[in-house]
Amino acid sequence: MADNKAKSGLLLDIRNLRIEATVFPPGEAPKNIVLVHDVSLTLEKGKVLGLIGESGAGKSTIGLSSMGYGRGGVRITGGEVILNGRDILKGGKEGFRKLRGREVCYVAQSAAAAFNPAHKLMDQVVEATLLHGTATRAEAEKRAVALFKKLSLPNPESIGERFPHQVSGGQLQRVMTAMALCSEPDLIVFDEPTTALDVTTQIDVLAAIKDAIRDTHVAALYITHDLAVVAQVSDEIMVLRHGRLVEWGGTRQIIKEPRQEYTNALVSVHEIEHQEQNPGTTPFLSVKKVTAAYGRSHIKVLKNVSVDIYPGQTLAVVGESGSGKSTLARAITGLLPPEEGTVTFDGRPLANRLADRPKEDLRQLQMIYQMADVAMNPRQTVGTIIGRPLEFYFGIRGRERDKRVAELLDKIEMGKGFIDRYPAELSGGQKQRVCIARSLAAKPKLIICDEVTSALDPLVANGILKLLLELQKEESVAYLFITHDLATVKSIADSIAVMYRGEVVRYGAKSKVLAPPFDAYTDLLLSSVPEMEIGWLEKAIKGRRMASAGN
Amino acid sequence: MSSPIVKLVAQRVALGILLLLAVSVLIFAGTQILPGDVAQAILGQSATPESLANLREQLGLNQPAYVRYFHWLGGVLTGDLGTAMSSGQDIATSIKGRLWNTLFLAFWAAIVAVPLAIILGLIAVRYRNGWVDKLISGLALASTSFPEFFIGYVLVYFFAVKWQIFPGISTVYDGMPFGERMQAIALPATALTLVVLAHMMRMTRAAILNVMQSAYVETAELKGLSAFNVIRKHAFPNAIAPIINVVMLNLAYLIVGVVVVEVIFVYPGMGQYLVDHVTKRDVPVVQAVGLIFAAVYISLNIIADIAAIIANPRLRHPK
Repeated sequence: MADNKAKSGLLLDIRNLRIEATVFPPGEAPKNIVLVHDVSLTLEKGKVLGLIGESGAGKSTIGLSSMGYGRGGVRITGGEVILNGRDILKGGKEGFRKLRGREVCYVAQSAAAAFNPAHKLMDQVVEATLLHGTATRAEAEKRAVALFKKLSLPNPESIGERFPHQVSGGQLQRVMTAMALCSEPDLIVFDEPTTALDVTTQIDVLAAIKDAIRDTHVAALYITHDLAVVAQVSDEIMVLRHGRLVEWGGTRQIIKEPRQEYTNALVSVHEIEHQEQNPGTTPFLSVKKVTAAYGRSHIKVLKNVSVDIYPGQTLAVVGESGSGKSTLARAITGLLPPEEGTVTFDGRPLANRLADRPKEDLRQLQMIYQMADVAMNPRQTVGTIIGRPLEFYFGIRGRERDKRVAELLDKIEMGKGFIDRYPAELSGGQKQRVCIARSLAAKPKLIICDEVTSALDPLVANGILKLLLELQKEESVAYLFITHDLATVKSIADSIAVMYRGEVVRYGAKSKVLAPPFDAYTDLLLSSVPEMEIGWLEKAIKGRRMASAGN
Repeated sequence: MSSPIVKLVAQRVALGILLLLAVSVLIFAGTQILPGDVAQAILGQSATPESLANLREQLGLNQPAYVRYFHWLGGVLTGDLGTAMSSGQDIATSIKGRLWNTLFLAFWAAIVAVPLAIILGLIAVRYRNGWVDKLISGLALASTSFPEFFIGYVLVYFFAVKWQIFPGISTVYDGMPFGERMQAIALPATALTLVVLAHMMRMTRAAILNVMQSAYVETAELKGLSAFNVIRKHAFPNAIAPIINVVMLNLAYLIVGVVVVEVIFVYPGMGQYLVDHVTKRDVPVVQAVGLIFAAVYISLNIIADIAAIIANPRLRHPK
């Protein structure tokens, strides 16, 4: 593949790429929409270009076009994709198959889903190499083991004998990177490779990917919505929005001197002003020494957990997946009756089981979930969804109900026009707003927010957080805010509980919890949050005192 | 490595045995509820109250039902299925040959139908929503929609009457040469294949299509695998459990549901035997055949369950 163009150092040259798809809106004729509007980019050998933008920006679509691949009926309808000096779009199906897995490899967002559960890891890692006949099986396996070592996987000699379900998510993501590197491609497309991981695992995987790119001199397209992450690995960054180029420049220029307003908004996304409130004298809800387990399991998911929530304030519960954050919410709401300990509300104990609680207690505690679209009945209109708690708790019906629904829609900054819409017609942020309105309709004292912004794009998430803070002022509702994202916690919490393996390891007012000296886990958690600084990754890895649980 | 598997398999087998016992109770109870009893059936018109009482005494029919049940069950467990009333022959001996015939027919029908259905399913997925897929689905559906007796008679009309390639009556006997035997069962085996083909093929297609949405199928496509290899190597192994399930259900049907086909082709199998004795109200034979059919059905389903357990890498290779 060494011809003139390649020698000059240019690996990938995408010119005026146009990508379209046919959508089938309900009740309307199918229509064509343009996903990518004439985007051009170039990538030199051994360089890393970060593609960044919110969902629907066309990042993945552009990345996959370098392999001639379109997800679910997506079509490349214009432009050229010149890889190693030839336009791959002219090569046809046969041409695509020859370059996929050989010249260009792909690392998916969720390695746990992207590995075939029926085959051993090694068979999958060397599959592309063997398919394209670039090495014998023995050579390919040797290469794979060397890559496992480079990516600092445990037991590099034997990990290939395992099945995907026997390996943790962070390790799988590294095995997937090894799989992409194994056929020694010229280009790897990384599609949000760390987004699905815990913050403490993300940093290790990120460091492993960065080292591997540096040592193998492979070029990469690194797709993510997290600017701080991409700043650690990229030479250049391209900001995309709605399938159009916003800004393209060196990493330093993009994060330090963004020229476009939209880029600026992405850079400063986490800056929310929130004055910490002093805890009042008496908490209205106290969790006292709660221990809980699923089924008759001996493994306790919550161990002796005690926290207090004060009226109109926010308690943030942070920790990585499996630390028991959501289980705490389930114990408080009565979905999972605790084995020991009590939850007191307004000075009286709440019934352990949901079924034993009176309606009034149910009304006082409301929940908002991570996945807004599955938390709503897709066959009910927004008006019905928000109106339901009004009917159920207060018996408000008819015109009075519609009036209240309109008021609530106003509160969540959505107009009356949304009353007759269905959830499928709303954007991700709007869906979450409707869920917020639904929980507010019950006029609760406490809203439990379980990772409510995790599934949203940063700017949209920011809007939701601002809305929640505003509503807190107006309605003086308290939040129990469950999240793994420390940046969110810093923005909105009054007090913080850090959870680790079912226990609260650090608890107190925000200013105290976030001030040194730290315990080992809180330190790890805090130091793992990516910062918009070039060179942060190396500093953070060096300064760590404790390995993350994913290893 | 195998501890969870051994436990699950043992559970399935134990459940199967329990189920079979329950079925035996149902079969026994069912034949008891029917009006009249064996003594009446034997004596028929000539029954007098005294002779009835005598015969009942002789046959042990005046004992309570549960005693007779355990007596019957004990016999079954030791291979004694009782005596047919209509002919006075030992049921076990007459069933043996017929069961063998039925299994022979089912085996050859399955040998053709199962691989054919799975391969057609794979091809349908490969060319999904194209004309090949529609043609396969359409033909398979049509062959299932026609009742067995219709297919049977159509086959007889063309292959036996018009072209005279195969015999229209599938007589087989002991010591018949293999080649002739195969020729004799060609038409009933074809009819059976056509009946079960579509169900298995459509389930194969649906199970694989379900898996085709997975991220790992995309991974395989992005490695440059050809479309058919993506299906064969990456989709099929993960769709195997539902496919085995439907295959086993159809195998059971091949053995248990052949009644109509056997009657059409006058094939001396279990189905014929059952139909003959139902018309003669020969209760012990009906009980015995019912129990054997239930055992076949339950064991094939246990095999399907076990195969699905073994096909699951999470159970085969625990953490």
